[in-house]
Amino acid sequence: MTMLPEASAIKLGLVIDLDICVGCQACVVNCKEWNTAGYGAPLADTDAYGESPSGAWLNRVHAYEAGDGAGSRTVHFPKSCLHCEDAPCVTVCPTGASFKRAEDGIVLVNEDWCIGCGLCAWSCPYGARELDPAEGVMKKCTLCVDRIYNDNLPEEDREPACVRTCPTNARHFGDLGDPNSEVSQMVAARDGIDLMPEQGTKPVNKYLPPRPRRAADEAPVSLVAMAEADTPTGFWKWVDSTLDRLG
Amino acid sequence: MRPAWSIIFFTTISGLGLGLAGWIVLGLLPLMTPASVMGVGIGTLALIGVGLISSTFHLGHPERAWRALSQWRSSWLSREGVLAVIVMAGLAGWFAAAYSGGRVPFWGNLVLLVLIYVTVYATSMIYASLKTVARWHHPLTPICYLMFAAAGGLLTTLALLAILRLPITAALAQAAIVLMLSAWGVKLAWWRLAGMAKHAGSIESATGLGALGMVRPLMPPHTEENYLQHEMGFVVARRHADKLRMIALLLGGGLPVLILVLAPASAGALAVAVLAHVAGMFVERWLFFAEAKHVVTLYYGETA
Repeated sequence: MTMLPEASAIKLGLVIDLDICVGCQACVVNCKEWNTAGYGAPLADTDAYGESPSGAWLNRVHAYEAGDGAGSRTVHFPKSCLHCEDAPCVTVCPTGASFKRAEDGIVLVNEDWCIGCGLCAWSCPYGARELDPAEGVMKKCTLCVDRIYNDNLPEEDREPACVRTCPTNARHFGDLGDPNSEVSQMVAARDGIDLMPEQGTKPVNKYLPPRPRRAADEAPVSLVAMAEADTPTGFWKWVDSTLDRLG
Repeated sequence: MRPAWSIIFFTTISGLGLGLAGWIVLGLLPLMTPASVMGVGIGTLALIGVGLISSTFHLGHPERAWRALSQWRSSWLSREGVLAVIVMAGLAGWFAAAYSGGRVPFWGNLVLLVLIYVTVYATSMIYASLKTVARWHHPLTPICYLMFAAAGGLLTTLALLAILRLPITAALAQAAIVLMLSAWGVKLAWWRLAGMAKHAGSIESATGLGALGMVRPLMPPHTEENYLQHEMGFVVARRHADKLRMIALLLGGGLPVLILVLAPASAGALAVAVLAHVAGMFVERWLFFAEAKHVVTLYYGETA
């Protein structure tokens, strides 16, 4: 059913901290690894060891330069499905394969119904959907629906693969519908943002902007001074100068 | 956007067939003999049907295409499919009635006519409803599709009149000229207005990093072209856009109008006019897709 459900109370999603991400691509790799063996068809590659390898991935990390001068910086920018509240990819689907779950807001594709027309990928402003080159069905982030509710996994593993693997703790998973949840608090404290708000998709996933730089006029720490030993006084001053004199 | 041949063929041929059907149910093409009913009926349904079937060729799973009829409540693609099936069934009934010498009541023709143009509208809305492609998401987009269906359909009706050796009144030929010129007039306006449409967003709003200043891509997330760039980042057309627009305009509009002016009763000339129009429409539709820029390209450093 591709009508959007009533807005769910629970809105599972990710919070991505652009201040912390170092662009190591571990989340990208672990996403591919988990999802190639998990929900639905494997994530295929074409010409994997040839001249122009390509393939379906559910999470990709861009890198941007932002600003000029002292305040400028390099920002690593992970991007996957934002599980939008007004998901256009759901309503354009002609078959009912693309759907948003009423219970937790996760946007999924029923791969047995998908005809691979690609219209959902065209309707997504974020490029979150990629057609599987081997299976001919649309692939997208499932928020690791086969991990987060999986009683066979130890409790600490019941979060999306990208979150579990992030070595810098730049990715967080939780209920953004609950204002008291850890992720919601984080978004409130750091003024979390929506991507392309002008598209009116109301993304659930939020991004935490890089923290402001320390003021440029703050005196920089002198590493040379830190490396130098304290100048001795009293008895040790006498020992120091005597040893110096001895040659 | 990547222009899929099956989609270009579908929108062009089905659009022409639906336009023709519209003029037929209006009674502009008097079908006197069972043979002419049979010929025109099969021909019209084939135009619509072949276009529809070809649209399934680009699917990852064409064998599941029937599922696309299920989500008419939210999806324009689904609505288009459902409407096309209803129209084809209605037209089959219409031709069957004409074949057996019966007459379809006025309201029946009216309902069919409305359904035909709502189907064309639904085709256009598959694209016009996408906010992610600024130039498609424009009120003129459906009008272009509707006008071309009507103009191409009337031109084809005239050609069939000539082929069936039925009289073509001067008023009808003039109407065809006016309609064809208006359709291309709307298209020229679309190129000018919708073609210039920009996305409201920017790389700054796409990344949310605008507060830091200007944003520039530093490293792409992959070394080779991916599905997104293949599908949404087609650039070949933009280089030759002006030339291709001229070709579309001359073949699809100029030559047919010239023939309508000079030889409005010649079956051969009108057949050439229809072929030229279809060829021009192929170029026009190819450009419609190939020139369109998707908002996701902002992430790859394209400007809005």
